[in-house]
Amino acid sequence: MTTKLMGQKVQRTEDQRFLRGQGRYADDVAVSPDTLHCAVLRSPHAHARIVDIDVSGVLDVDGVHAVWTHDDLEGAMAEPLPLLIPHPALTEGRTQYALAKDEVNYVGEAIAFVVAADRYLAEDAVSRIEVTYDFLPPVVGIDAARAATNLVHPDVPGNVAARMEQSTGDVDAAMRKAPHTLALDLTVERSACTPLEGRGTVARWDPDTNRLQVWTSTQTSTGVRAVVAAKLGLDLGQVDVVTPDVGGGFGVKINHPWPEELLVPLAAMTLGRTVKFTEDRREHFISSAHERGQVQHIEVGFDDDGRLLALDVQFWHDHGAYIPYGLIVPIITSTQLLGPYKPRAYRVVFESLYTNTVMVTPYRGAGRPQGCYAMERTMDAIAEFLGRDRTEVRAANFIQPDEFPYDQGLIFQDGRELEYDSGDYPAMLEKAKALIGWDEFPAFRDEMAAEGRRVGIGLACYVEGTGVGPYEGAHVHIETSGKVKVATGLTTQGQGHQTVFAQLVADTLGCRFEDVEVVTGDTRRMPYAVGTFASRAAVMSGSAIHLAALRAREKVLRIAADALEAAEDDLEINDGVVSVKGAPLDGGAAIDLGTVAVLSNPLRYAFDEKSRIATQFSVGDPGKPPVADDDEPGLEGKDFYSPERATFASGMHAVIVETDPDTAEITILKYAVVHDCGRLINPMIVEGQIHGGVAQGIGGALYERMAYDESGQLLNASFMDFLMPYVTEMPDGIDIDHLETPSPLNPLGIKGAGEAGVIPSAAVFASAISDAEGFPITAMPISPSELFALRRSLVEPVETEDPS
Amino acid sequence: MTEELHQVTLSVNGVAHEVTVPARRLLSDALRHDLGLTGTHVGCEHGVCGACTVLLDGRPTRACLMFAVTAQGAAITTVEGLAEPDGSLGPVQQAFAECHGLQCGFCTPGFLTTITAGLRDNPTPTHEEAREMVSGNLCRCTGYQNIVKAVERAAELGRTAKDAS
Repeated sequence: MTTKLMGQKVQRTEDQRFLRGQGRYADDVAVSPDTLHCAVLRSPHAHARIVDIDVSGVLDVDGVHAVWTHDDLEGAMAEPLPLLIPHPALTEGRTQYALAKDEVNYVGEAIAFVVAADRYLAEDAVSRIEVTYDFLPPVVGIDAARAATNLVHPDVPGNVAARMEQSTGDVDAAMRKAPHTLALDLTVERSACTPLEGRGTVARWDPDTNRLQVWTSTQTSTGVRAVVAAKLGLDLGQVDVVTPDVGGGFGVKINHPWPEELLVPLAAMTLGRTVKFTEDRREHFISSAHERGQVQHIEVGFDDDGRLLALDVQFWHDHGAYIPYGLIVPIITSTQLLGPYKPRAYRVVFESLYTNTVMVTPYRGAGRPQGCYAMERTMDAIAEFLGRDRTEVRAANFIQPDEFPYDQGLIFQDGRELEYDSGDYPAMLEKAKALIGWDEFPAFRDEMAAEGRRVGIGLACYVEGTGVGPYEGAHVHIETSGKVKVATGLTTQGQGHQTVFAQLVADTLGCRFEDVEVVTGDTRRMPYAVGTFASRAAVMSGSAIHLAALRAREKVLRIAADALEAAEDDLEINDGVVSVKGAPLDGGAAIDLGTVAVLSNPLRYAFDEKSRIATQFSVGDPGKPPVADDDEPGLEGKDFYSPERATFASGMHAVIVETDPDTAEITILKYAVVHDCGRLINPMIVEGQIHGGVAQGIGGALYERMAYDESGQLLNASFMDFLMPYVTEMPDGIDIDHLETPSPLNPLGIKGAGEAGVIPSAAVFASAISDAEGFPITAMPISPSELFALRRSLVEPVETEDPS
Repeated sequence: MTEELHQVTLSVNGVAHEVTVPARRLLSDALRHDLGLTGTHVGCEHGVCGACTVLLDGRPTRACLMFAVTAQGAAITTVEGLAEPDGSLGPVQQAFAECHGLQCGFCTPGFLTTITAGLRDNPTPTHEEAREMVSGNLCRCTGYQNIVKAVERAAELGRTAKDAS
């Protein structure tokens, strides 16, 4: 009997190539002296009109093959890049050009594109291009954008791309009647995904077949394929996009097309050579996307138990110079802010604002960390006001287990109702309190205080809509060798999809795990797909693969029943062998999947041993066509999964921090995670995802920010200055506990897990640091020097300085 | 304008390779693009992330901070040279697989080379020493928890191998 692999800590199959240095990332493709390399001239100014671009000194550089500016682009390539996700509220959507036309709106915007024999020469050439600028005043930061003294785009009044409002209940009336009210003003700064591998694209035009082959480090190969075809004037069928191994994504590689994803294929077609672009680290900081920056104003009305009677939220979202990915991030903030709670009345209004900085697209969590921060800071403020325990106030507002499905009365980012499918928040809170030692903390605090040490505890809760539609598909092909080739169209960036999807196939089909090979993100194998974002791969492709494997299994059983002269219901499949239940395997009442595959395809050629063996079996009716009207040759299964709506995972994080009384250094003493992503496919991989999310969350809460100066220069665009956590910044151990409330929306009962670890970080650290210090933390991230300054301003006013 | 080229012998994983490169060509680029040894990855090109770490005469060295011409005469070990002679995974590689010490795999080669040298110098690290051993390399996926476990597991595997031999 084959052991079920669902829920097992199966080691990853992809590791074998990664550990041997045999992974194949974009820059590893087409390593050849014949490959040409690109470099991009990027704007050194945040806001300027381009008066003149002089490329005359470039083409005589040895080894330079092409230099292009916007003037060299034609047709659709000369038009602005697409606004991928339009929305009725997005009234002033602006996107950039592949190469800047007339003006630049952020430091890093692409102006000119050079193709040369190698990257060194391409950069030499870029440095010879002379651009004359007419400077315009830059708009940097949310305050400047709101003030609108200067405009990013002259035809966008107030720098406002969109204003959107949603509400449930009569907030104004509920607020007036509430026994208590509070107001909070909060800020979150920018950060970025910062995968270790930046962007990269390689393209090759094959003149013999009239086809374009593109490899790109993306989270959506089908999206890139469609836009490359549209922009280059090719038929979709002429373009293949293959996603190679991707060195991390975290959101930034879902946006598309990046200028280079169009310019590289265009260069390959124009020059008839293989062309490659590999982004360097500084380029990634200044020309790929950021996220997180928001200013929030919250008013809340509540009763003596802390129950939310009215919640009125306004926030201002900095989306940078352009808005290609639409309103996804602020819509998520505005809806997922509610977390596990059920306010009686809720209103949220946001404005999405232009600034002369790098554009904003989703980064792991995608607006949820900001929403969670707003809600959880509010919960803490209510608890403080009422003198109640912070967990009691939260518990008083939880949606109860018997209230699912629970409709929050809002529209989610996928355009569907924000309806939670399942969860158990009270049970989760109990687990979280036990894991961190919530009830024991006061004694610990006293003990530490006796040693002159200062500690604080924090807790934050979130609910995460995962596995949003519209669909994913899968194709399962059983070859005559017995090997099972599986394809799904979304892409992979390190989540172990090859392993977890193979687990599902082995379980559903009854084949050996080792015989399953999974391909992701290759449009030649699965041309219909959406992409990897919103913690959707396991839910969407996992479900689709399960369904496709079921289809394949049905066909296996039908053919095997015929061959073995048995009823389908009497058959079972174990380790890739179909047999009659209960019959001895050596009795001839068995047939392996490879042989079934041979029988599924009525060829007349016995081309190998397998097909000769198959001749001992007789299938089909000699009186009918070899392939029936409702059948097709081959042993394959294909299916798509398209859910009604997202499935809602949830979690609670708790942390104990120590703050140094003198230096204000912040140290993590204990970090605990309780997580509910429904049924687990591979707990080892889920926990790995949580570890990584927590690390990014710690970075975002305590270290990482985009340090723009007033002229729009990003001052910390390197790993020396942008402080990503090393192991030294991570707690030594993260305590994890799981709760499994299966989703009723998909056949496997799973929910997404990829983003969860990062969502509550700003909230949980603000809570713990506030608890340690005794004053509210309202701006994140927070550095030791900022905490030190806060102490001075709030607790220990400095008498020698003039307070004015 | 033509760049002056230099002929260099790069000894990588025990094999001598002749390459002709400009003086400014980084060792990381020479390994990847001239020799096709793409296992060494480039994450920042300013020596901070550690993804490009190779062993130069046994010492962990950032290949992005060194010119290929200066590696003449040195014995270079890259991730491609860490497997056992029979093709099986070396102890550090094996430990990473067992402990789920990698996700996207991009930073992994630099960790593997760094830890290989670290455990050679200190085969029985304490927990703190295991953390210290990987404190100069960036990983964006794993949160380092399982990488530290992998260091300790690799030390264990190394000891077992030594006892067996």
